[in-house]
Amino acid sequence: MPNTPEKEWNLRLYVAGMTPKCVEAFANLKKICEEHLKGCYSIEIVDLLENPKLAQGDQILAIPTLVRKLPEPIKKIIGDLSNTERVLVGLDLRERT
Amino acid sequence: MAQRKRASYPKLTQLAKCPTGIKGLDEITNGGLPLGRPTLICGSAGCGKTLLAMEFIARGAMEYGEPGVFVSFEESTEELIKNVASLGFDLPALIEKKKLALDHVYIERSEIEETGEYDLEGLFIRLGYQIDAIGAKRVALDTIEALFAGLPNELILRSELRRLFRWLKDKGVTAVITGERGEGTLTRHGIEEYVSDAVIVLDHRIAGQMATRRIRFVKYRGSLHGTDEYPFLIDEKGISIMPITSLGLDYGVTSERVTTGIPRLDAMLGGQGYFRGSSVLVSGTAGTGKSSLAAFFADAACRRGERCLYLAFEESRDQIIRNMRSIGLDLEPWVKQGLLKFHAARSTLYGLEMHLAVIHKLANEFQPTTVIMDPITNLSIVADDSEVKAVMMRLVDFFKNRKITTLFTNLTHPGELETTASGVSSLMDTWLLLLSVESNGERNRVFHLLKSRGMAHSNQMREFLISDNGIDLADAYVGPGGVLTGSARVQQEGKEKAAAVEAQMELERRRRSLERKRQVMEAQVTALQAEIAGEEDELQMLQSREEEKAKVAARERADLAALRKADVLSPKKGA
Repeated sequence: MPNTPEKEWNLRLYVAGMTPKCVEAFANLKKICEEHLKGCYSIEIVDLLENPKLAQGDQILAIPTLVRKLPEPIKKIIGDLSNTERVLVGLDLRERT
Repeated sequence: MAQRKRASYPKLTQLAKCPTGIKGLDEITNGGLPLGRPTLICGSAGCGKTLLAMEFIARGAMEYGEPGVFVSFEESTEELIKNVASLGFDLPALIEKKKLALDHVYIERSEIEETGEYDLEGLFIRLGYQIDAIGAKRVALDTIEALFAGLPNELILRSELRRLFRWLKDKGVTAVITGERGEGTLTRHGIEEYVSDAVIVLDHRIAGQMATRRIRFVKYRGSLHGTDEYPFLIDEKGISIMPITSLGLDYGVTSERVTTGIPRLDAMLGGQGYFRGSSVLVSGTAGTGKSSLAAFFADAACRRGERCLYLAFEESRDQIIRNMRSIGLDLEPWVKQGLLKFHAARSTLYGLEMHLAVIHKLANEFQPTTVIMDPITNLSIVADDSEVKAVMMRLVDFFKNRKITTLFTNLTHPGELETTASGVSSLMDTWLLLLSVESNGERNRVFHLLKSRGMAHSNQMREFLISDNGIDLADAYVGPGGVLTGSARVQQEGKEKAAAVEAQMELERRRRSLERKRQVMEAQVTALQAEIAGEEDELQMLQSREEEKAKVAARERADLAALRKADVLSPKKGA
C-alpha cells in the first residue's frame, strides 16, 4: 500500500446543513479515515449555511466537498464519498488503476 | 403601421424591463433586459460576451444604483479589473462602495475526484451570500459552461443548472449568463434550454478582411424587440449598438427649404431648394462635379451660420479646399469659424460599423444641420451592398430624426447610370444625376433632376457648367437635331443667330423694295397729274384765245359797222 500515513492529515468537509447527503458523506469519511489514517487525521466540518463566506476560499461549488488541506497538494473530492475506492484514489491513498 | 400596432398593445402586458445603460441596447429592446429574469448571451470567442455582461453590471451599479454580482468562471478578478479599466469602469472603487462583488469560480478537473452523489449547493450559497451582502439586483455568470469542463457528471450539472436559473428568478435578480457558441446550437452545452426568457446572440464576422461585430435578439419572451442584426462596436467607452432602424419612420418633417447654393438649381427645385432634413443623392460618373455640387451646398449652409459636417472618404480636407478654390469657392473661412468640419477618412480605414459609429459620434458632438458624405460609393468596398444599404437606411433615419439635411454623392459607372452602387436611391428624397456626355469629340456635363419628393420640380435637363466663378446650369439646346451641349450647343446657337439675322435682312430688303415701288408709283402719279394739268392749261389757253378771237372779230365787226354807219346792235353775244 503506497503512501502509508506518516504525517498529519488535515481534512475539511464542506456541507450545507444536515442534509442526508452530508450526513452520509461524514459517516463515509469517518469510516475511511478510521481504516486508513487512524491516529493521524483531523476532520473539520464547515457548514456553509452558517459560514457562507468560506465557500469562496476553497472554491467550493459542489456539496458535499471534501478538501485535503494537508498533506499538500490540495485535493478535492466531491460527492457523498460512497465510492470508497475513488475516495482513496482521490486522497492519494491508492494508485489510480 | 408598426407604430399603430405598437400603440394598440395594452399597457398591462408590458414586461418590466431592466435598463442596461448600454448605448443602443435599450432602444432595440424597448427598455432593456427582462427584469428579474435571466438572459442568455451567446457567441463565439472574442465577440464581446464578457464585456457585455460586465457593462450591464457596471452600468447598473454606476448609473442605476443597482448593485451587481459578477461571477467569472474563466478570468480571475484581477484580470477582469484590468480588462475593463480601459473602458472607464473603476471596479475596485465600486467594490469598495459595496456596489459590486466579483467572484472567480475556478474548478480544476485534475484536482477533483467524484465520489457519489452531490449537488451544487455550494455555488448557490456562495452566490446567495454575495447577492445578499450587497443587495444585488443584477447578476452575471460568465461563462457558466466552464462548469461542464470541471464537473464530470453532466446529469447532475444539468439538473443543477435548471435549478440555478429558477433560483435566480426566485431571487428576483436580473441575470445575464454567457455561453460559448456551439456547433449547430446556440451554446456548446445547450444551456439555452434552461434560459428561455431572452437570448442574445453576438457574432463576429469577417468580410473582406473587415471584422464586424453584430448583435441579435433571437428571443425575447413577452416583449417586442428588434429582430435584426445590429452592428455594434467596442470602443473606449464600451459597447455601442447602432439601433438606428429602431427609430422608425415617425420623424416629424418640416416644409422649410434650404438653398442648394446654386440659384439656378434652386429654381429647378420649385424656386426654393431642398427641404430641410431631407436626403439628397448626387450620383454621376467620374469627374462630373459631384463634389463641387456638395461643396456649394456646404457653403450655403455656412452662409446661413449653420454648422456643416463634411465626411470625405476620398480626399483630404486641404485637397478639397484647394480644389474648390479653383472654382471660386473658399471654404477655409468657414473652417476657421468652426462652422465647417471636415472628417476625412479612407473608407477602408475601418469596417462599416465603425464608420457608422464615428459618424454617429461626430454628429452628436458637432450638432450639424447639414451633413455631406462624399462619396458613399467607397463604403461598398468594405461591405457588401445589402449591408451598405442597411447602413445608409440607418444613417438616413438618424439624420432625418435630427432634421439634418444630408447630401450623399455616389459614383456611378457609364452603362448603369441610374442604378446606384447599393440601391440607395429609394431612400433619397431628391436625386440629382450628373452625366458626362460625349459628342463631337468633347465631353460635356449634363444635369438631370431625377426626383424630388414633395415639390414641383423641373423635368428639364441642363448643361452643368463649372467655371472659375462656380457652378451654373445652362439650358441645353433641345431641337430637331436632338439635345446639344457644349460647343455643339454654341454652334447651334450661332447657326440660329445667323438664320435670324438673315431673315431680318430679307425682311428689310423686301421693305425697301416695296418702298421703292411706292416711290415709283408716286412719281408716275405726279407725272400724270402734271400731264393732265398741262392739257388743262392748253385747253384754257385755246379757249381764251378763241374768246379773244371772238372779241377781236366782234370789235372788227363793230368797227366795220361803225364805218358803215350801221345800227348799233346789242353786243351781248356768246363766245
